[in-house]
Parts: sequence; structure tokens; C-alpha cells
Amino acid sequence: MTRSLPGERSVFGPRAARLGLYAFLFASAAFFLLPLLLVISNSLKPMEEIRQGNLLALPVKPTFDAWLTAWKSACTGLECGGVRPGLWNSIKITVPAVVISTLAGALNGYALAQWKSRHANLIMLLVMVGLFIPYQAMLYPTVKILSSLSLFRTYSGIILVHVVYGLPYTTLLFRNFYVGVPEEISRAARMEGASFLRTFRSVILPLSTNILVVVAILQFTGIWNDYLLGLIFAGNDNLPMTVQLTNIVNNARGSASPNVNMAAAVITAIPTLIVYFLSGRYFVRGIAAGAVKG
Amino acid sequence: MTVVFFFGIVAVFFYGSIVWTGYMSLTRSTLMPNYNFVGFDQYIKLFTNHRWLVSCLNMVIFGVLYIVGTLAFGTLLAVFADRRIRAESLFRTIFLYPLAVSLIVTGLSWRWVLDPVNGLQGLVRGMGWENFTFDWLTDPDRAIYTLVIAGIWHSAGLIMVIILAGLRGVDEDLWKAIRMEGIPLWRAYLQVIFPGMRPVVASCVVLLMSDVIRGYDLVIAMTKGGPGIATEMPAKFAVDYYFARVNLGLASAASIAMLVLSLLLLAPYFYSEFRRRT
Repeated sequence: MTRSLPGERSVFGPRAARLGLYAFLFASAAFFLLPLLLVISNSLKPMEEIRQGNLLALPVKPTFDAWLTAWKSACTGLECGGVRPGLWNSIKITVPAVVISTLAGALNGYALAQWKSRHANLIMLLVMVGLFIPYQAMLYPTVKILSSLSLFRTYSGIILVHVVYGLPYTTLLFRNFYVGVPEEISRAARMEGASFLRTFRSVILPLSTNILVVVAILQFTGIWNDYLLGLIFAGNDNLPMTVQLTNIVNNARGSASPNVNMAAAVITAIPTLIVYFLSGRYFVRGIAAGAVKG
Repeated sequence: MTVVFFFGIVAVFFYGSIVWTGYMSLTRSTLMPNYNFVGFDQYIKLFTNHRWLVSCLNMVIFGVLYIVGTLAFGTLLAVFADRRIRAESLFRTIFLYPLAVSLIVTGLSWRWVLDPVNGLQGLVRGMGWENFTFDWLTDPDRAIYTLVIAGIWHSAGLIMVIILAGLRGVDEDLWKAIRMEGIPLWRAYLQVIFPGMRPVVASCVVLLMSDVIRGYDLVIAMTKGGPGIATEMPAKFAVDYYFARVNLGLASAASIAMLVLSLLLLAPYFYSEFRRRT
């Protein structure tokens, strides 16, 4: 951060270059903020103002009516309960799935980092390829496996799917972290007679708070924002928010009131946005760790 | 042993499933699996299926524009953010937040913004330019570009963060040498800095590629494949044929085709990664 700026000379002189730079940054910021701001501002308008059709106009009489409708009485089809049940379903699915897939990924990643043999490299490769397998190539067999366990379209089923589909990712993130942890730490614990699991639980896990938070945040965002898996595996009683949102928007009766749809969209986006704004630094670190080394 | 258990589950779910899907793609299964072998019939049907071919073409158009656009925009943002600007973290926060928004909400928001009647077009017309036209969302030839816009909006921040991390890792001495030589800034970036960051750029491309092949949510939320089949994608084709059109054999063939494509595209990356490591 403290380094001096290289090559500050430019064709137009530093002033103009600086000005152009800020112009670009502000234009980009506008591009990124525009959709969100438009959706929020229109979700606060009553229907009369929406009908006037000016998307950019700020609400004259801001009201939370559309939000209330979206929250508890918008129709997703036959049912008219808004996104509220979806919020609860999403929480119910996301929390255990994040906890399990993060901890299992930590355990796997630690084992993979400890394991020094040529097979370890092969497994690494298989796990990495697993990251890039299109879900479509696994969907139907997953349906079959879950049906045979009577878990298809059940609450435990959707959690299991999120955990399993998330494992390659969490395993890799932790593996990359544990490869950098000095081996002496594990070795010392083993010398004391601690088993592998014991070493992991009482020595390694306490060292990993940062990476645990990073992975949990990434998993939370990923699972909360999932649509396809929820649609197929959750079953009608556990549909997550993203699915209910599309049902509300695509419902013939709902399409008449854009302000309600927009409010529903904002409500759906709020949880991950809160996590993002509260944890920005971890979020960024996770992306850098996952992408650059992955 | 617990570990072996987890790896076992992953192996069964991932690689077992692929074998199964591969087998299904060689049968005439429709609603239920049918284990009679029919060779490559489904693949012949697939590659003579108009909708599939359109989907593939769409994926290529979307993929090239999305990857090039996101890389270019994200890199520009990273370079500018690296110029010791004021309020850097505020700008970074704004550029990155779309990544926390689901593709469903992303798609819906852009659908509303670009809606010809209530969105930007109506707005500009209302301001007096009666002939202003921006109806890409409902224009079969242009709808695919609206997906590109939304996709870039969603991912440019990600690329910015990754490239920025790479730029911050560039050696101080290299910058000193560049300054001593008096090389103009843009040439320094293009000819010295970026070539040195090739692995970072490669991982960006890989990440974006897997978005493209998996791309489902964005299409569903924004265009549902329409107008007509103008924005159909292979991922959507496969899901539609698995569930709505109950044609297991054809859907499996489509999935395997997608898998083979991703492996082919990834192979060079994995090859170089592993050579670097061992």
C-alpha cells in the first residue's frame, strides 16, 4: 500500500488522467448500483406511481405496502403466503448444510494435506475435477439414490445434496490452507499419542478459525442463492426463497404488481447482502484463496 | 476412517453418477430407466436436434462475450483501483456486492431494468426521445446480449478482486525498473505485468468458463430461454428434458456432452497446474 505510484506521467498529464480515472470509477459504480437502487426504489412505490411508468422517479409517497404483501400474502401459485415460508425454509436448509459441509471439508482437507503419497495427487485431481462437473451429469442418479433412501424431496435430502455437492469445494479450500500449516504441529500432537481425529479436533480446528469463517461465508452465499437444487430436491414443503420468488414473479396473478415482485426480490437478497457487508474482508479473502490457488 | 467415508460418498455421488448418466445416454430411456443398449442413437438425435444446436451456439456467443467482457471490465477496475485512489474500499465494496446477490435476483432485476415498456426504453421515450429503441430483451437476435450484460454485472467484481490480489503481489523492484526505463504505463501493464500474471488470469478464465457451462439460473430468471428459443442454453436443455419432457436418454446424452466439453476446456489448465506442482 505504501509504494509510490509508478509511471504517473501520461499523455494528458496527471490531472486529466486522474480525472478520467475517477470518471470511470464513478460510471462503473453507477452501473453496479443502478439495478439494485431501481428495484428498491420501485418496491417502495404504491401501485399508482408504478402505473405512471417512470422507473427512475423516486417514490413520492414511499410505502412498505408492497413489502408487506410480498412478505405475507403474495401468491406463489395456489398458495398465497408470500416469501415468509421461503425465508424459514432457506434458513432451515442453509444453516445445517453450511455447518456440515464446512466441518466435513475441514476434516477432508486436513487429511488430504497430511497424506503424502502419489495417490494423494490423484485424489486431489479427482476432487478438483469434481468442482467443474456440470450438475446435469449428476442430477438424475442423485434423484435415484435419494429415492432409494426415501430422501427424495425431503428436508434431509436437500441438506444431503448441498453437503455432498459442496464437499469438493470446501475440501479444496481447506486443503490449500492446511498445506501451509507447519507439519511439526500435527507431528507433536501425534507423538503425544493423540489419534488423527483427536489431533484434528483439539489441535488443528482451533488454529483454523479464520478459514472456517471464510469457507462458511462462501458456502452460505452459495447455498442461500441456489435455485436448481432447491427446485428439484427440496420438495414442496421446503422450497427455498429463490424458488418461491420465481414462483411469485411468474405467477399470472402476481405479474400485475411489479412493486410486490421487486419487494420480494429485495427481501430474498437481503440475507446474503447483510453477510457480505458485515464480512467484506473475509469474503474477499475467501475468493482470493479459492481462486488463485485453486 | 471417517475421511474415507466422506471421500467414498463423494466418489459414489460424483463419479458413480457420471458413469450412470453415461450409461443412460446409450439407452432409449424416457420416463423410467431402460437398460437396453442402443449405441449412440441419442447422440445422433441430440446433434440433429435444432433446439440443442441453437443452445450450443448461444452458449458459445454468450460464453465468449461474457468471458472477454468480464475479464476486460474486471481487469480495468482492478488496475484503476490499484492506482491509490480515494475511498478504495468503498468502490471495491460497490463493485463486488453483485456476487453476493443470487443469479435469480440478478436476472429478475435486469429483466425489469431492460423491460421495453416499463424499463429504460420507456423511460427515455418518456423524456422526449420518442424514437429511442432499446428492446434487446424481446428481440430474438439481441436477447442473448442482455444475458451478457447481467452476467458481467454479476461477475466483474470477482475478477477485479482476483486480479487486484495478483497486482498487489507484483514485485516492487519490477515497478522500479519500469519507472527507470520510462515505459508508458499502459505498455508496462500489457507487456510486463499481465504476462507475469498468466496463472492468475488462467484461473479467472476457468472460473468464468464453468459459470458459462453451468449457466441455468440467469436464463431462467431473465428470459426463460425466449423469445422463442433465442436464449436457450445446454444446461437448461438438459434439465428440461430430464424433468418436464421426461426424456432421460436424450437429457443424459446432453449432460455427457456438456461434461466432455468442460473436461476438454479444462484439460490444458489442469495439465499445466499439475506440471507446476510436481
